[in-house]
Amino acid sequence: MARYVVDVMPKREILDPQGKAVLGALPRLGFEGISDVRQGKRFEIDLDGDTDDQRLAEVRRMAETLLANPVIEYYTVTAQEPEE
Amino acid sequence: MKVGVVTFPGSLDDADAARAVRLAGGEAVALWHGEPDLKGVDAVVLPGGFSYGDYLRCGAISRFAPVMTEVVAAAGRGMPVLGICNGFQILCESHLLPGALTRNDHQRFVCRDQRVRIENTRTPWTSSYADNAEVTIVLKNGEGGYVADESTLERLEGEGRVVARYLDVNPNGSLHDIAGISNERGNVVGVMPHPEHAVEDLTGAGTDGLAFFTGLVALGVVTG
Repeated sequence: MARYVVDVMPKREILDPQGKAVLGALPRLGFEGISDVRQGKRFEIDLDGDTDDQRLAEVRRMAETLLANPVIEYYTVTAQEPEE
Repeated sequence: MKVGVVTFPGSLDDADAARAVRLAGGEAVALWHGEPDLKGVDAVVLPGGFSYGDYLRCGAISRFAPVMTEVVAAAGRGMPVLGICNGFQILCESHLLPGALTRNDHQRFVCRDQRVRIENTRTPWTSSYADNAEVTIVLKNGEGGYVADESTLERLEGEGRVVARYLDVNPNGSLHDIAGISNERGNVVGVMPHPEHAVEDLTGAGTDGLAFFTGLVALGVVTG
């Protein structure tokens, strides 16, 4: 089985109210020295067979068409060894 | 004038939108998200709500509903399409309109009688408003912050495609106080406030929203 991880994050120039809420909460819990928090999404996609360039390209297409909105988000795709 | 109103799983305001069409003298036709069939309508409304539970992103999954293939094709032929709230989000996700709607900057759901200025009366949905009419239309959203890159905003402003702009307060952090925009041709319009909730004195804040529907019906547009 091939596993790909897609991380989707709000672009830097887009306001991230959820990240800001977390940023505001952490110091109240006593955590100090935090300069920024951004909140994103992580997808784990399992495919039949082994990781290869073709599957990587396919996962990138999934990210572009559905998982991320390129207007406000960017994504990264990485292959991962499935735990077992 | 037959106006289709699409129901997605999680749509809330489809009944109100159909009612607004009827009050305006049009014939409301129920369209189903799962059927790639516009049933011969002359215009389409994508109503508000939380289609597909707003999973992934608002409108992201609805965009791929079978009916949307037909809506996108018909919009390309010039059919009037109005997206209200969640419908606006779906139009942006479908790339029928530029930009995106993001979580309100103050992180809270907003529900208020919102004053807006109708700045573009060249669209089939706003043609019966006076230029720069200032009206009150109900607003209710959690993810209504309009964002687009600087060049897109410049184009929208330069081409007069900002259909409605918030007055008094910016309720959700929208850039340039944008409450609604149109596509280049003007037939596709997305608005965050809900004109279909402002059509009767009995409920809501007056009847300022009715002109979206009466204006359309008066045009009697018949397109593909």
